[in-house]
Amino acid sequence: MAEKIELTRNDRLSVAWRSQFLQGSWNYERMQNVGWAYALIPAIKKLYKTKEDRSAALKRHLEFFNTHPYVASPIIGVTLALEEERANGAPIDDTAIQGVKIGMMGPLAGIGDPVFWFTVRPILGALGASLAASGNILGPILFFVLWNVIRMSFIWYTQEFGYKAGSAITQDLSGGLLKDITKGASILGMFILAVLVERWVSIKFAVELPAKQLAKGAYINFPNGNVTGGKLQQILGDQASGLSLTKMAPNTLQANLDSLIPGLMGLLLTFFAMWLLKKKVSPIVMIVGIFIFGILMRVLHIM
Amino acid sequence: MSIISIVLVVIIAFFAGMEGILDEFQIHQPLVSATLIGLVTGHLTAGIMLGGSLQMIALGWANIGAAVAPDIALASVASSIIMVKGNNFTPAGISVAVASAIPLAVAGLFLTMIVRTVAVGLTHGADAAAKEGNYRAVERLHLVGILLQGLRIAIPTVLLIAIPASAVQSALASMPDWLTGGMTIGGGMVVAVGYAMVINMMATREVWPFFAIGFALAAVSQLTLIALGAIGVALALIYLNLSKMGGNSGGGSNGGGSGDPVGEILDQY
Repeated sequence: MAEKIELTRNDRLSVAWRSQFLQGSWNYERMQNVGWAYALIPAIKKLYKTKEDRSAALKRHLEFFNTHPYVASPIIGVTLALEEERANGAPIDDTAIQGVKIGMMGPLAGIGDPVFWFTVRPILGALGASLAASGNILGPILFFVLWNVIRMSFIWYTQEFGYKAGSAITQDLSGGLLKDITKGASILGMFILAVLVERWVSIKFAVELPAKQLAKGAYINFPNGNVTGGKLQQILGDQASGLSLTKMAPNTLQANLDSLIPGLMGLLLTFFAMWLLKKKVSPIVMIVGIFIFGILMRVLHIM
Repeated sequence: MSIISIVLVVIIAFFAGMEGILDEFQIHQPLVSATLIGLVTGHLTAGIMLGGSLQMIALGWANIGAAVAPDIALASVASSIIMVKGNNFTPAGISVAVASAIPLAVAGLFLTMIVRTVAVGLTHGADAAAKEGNYRAVERLHLVGILLQGLRIAIPTVLLIAIPASAVQSALASMPDWLTGGMTIGGGMVVAVGYAMVINMMATREVWPFFAIGFALAAVSQLTLIALGAIGVALALIYLNLSKMGGNSGGGSNGGGSGDPVGEILDQY
């Protein structure tokens, strides 16, 4: 009776490390397939000793694969568990392994993309960028460190989770915890996005509207002729308490818009961009269009 | 730039190129790569500021499925070099560098597509190696793939460095005011596109109210981003807990339409 071959913690760490290079030879035919095989090679070497077995294992892991690079980790974990069983003689065929891979990659990509690309990265990126805008080195450092701590712990713990749960993980995906995480992330994401739209989309109109006549008492009435010390003191006091120096108040379009709610035009522009995206207008076209629009507005002195 | 700076910049570009496809450590993100280039060329603060501005534009750019986002790696590396060569580290100089990043990001898109097509050949090489059970060859082919992605950014970087600084400087100096001013205005607005992409991805009927709360609170300028983040986390936790207490009646929240009211209005236009 042969001893049971097991993947040690070190084998699994080695696979997790290599899984970071999953997308390295991304290609239009089978996408992440070579990267996937590359990640599993330490396990294949451990589990299969003959040339035929290794060849078969490599071939089965060079099939089409594509998902979000981080959520590939739980799939790798499950695959490791299946391969280990198979190497020890369990009747797990190629289609079972392929089925688990294909079955998990779609739904998991559906979690990985919004959580990592559209919530965690924008939030950390915005945090870093707002510090960086004033030249603060903490901006890039915070972004880099926080991101990689989150990412590496995610990769390792979900791979371990997948390995322990084996094929049972597929059932768990419909369970509560993951749902809570995605929902919580999208709530936080929408909240922060609104903040970003308000704070960072900058549209400033340079248009001057006709000046407003101020009510009596809202401006300082300058006396004709000489000013005595007492009068001067009163005038300076009036100005300090916020009275206008002139009868007419300057009135800009921007000030009027800001009195509704600051950032309104940015919000409208964002909604317009969302609408264009839904109409399948390419983001690149929109970006170029916005720059042309900006130049036009400058030439016409509107902004 | 000194020889050492040039070598370091090319190395950074190489790593940014690899990361552009791997998307793991995020070295290719402008916040990191522009800062690093600023550091090795002796203009750290300007590099950080450039990185911050570019990061804002690129927040929503992501590789989804087989789709390729504009190439932020080339954009941030090349615009950092343009800024250093232009020798203008004022906010105006930085916004010109930001504006130059956009066409570069588009150009980089095509380079990525070329490498991803070339990598099809690597896959077939790996098939042949697998037939022999030769795992070393599979590993080698994969590393070649990563190498190609690194060169995708490193080679344009070398070319850009080879252009004399005076040519870059005079090209930047000859830009008229309406162009640089217009670019600055455009740069202020262009971030909306990135946010729109992200919002379209996440929006559901359930989470729109949180958008409204966020927008209104953001107008209070005393609240820092970290304070707002804390409010957002708290709101999310409160909501999740309350919806669980709601028990069975809470189950219906996922029903009805596409679950994205603003999206529906936009659709109907």
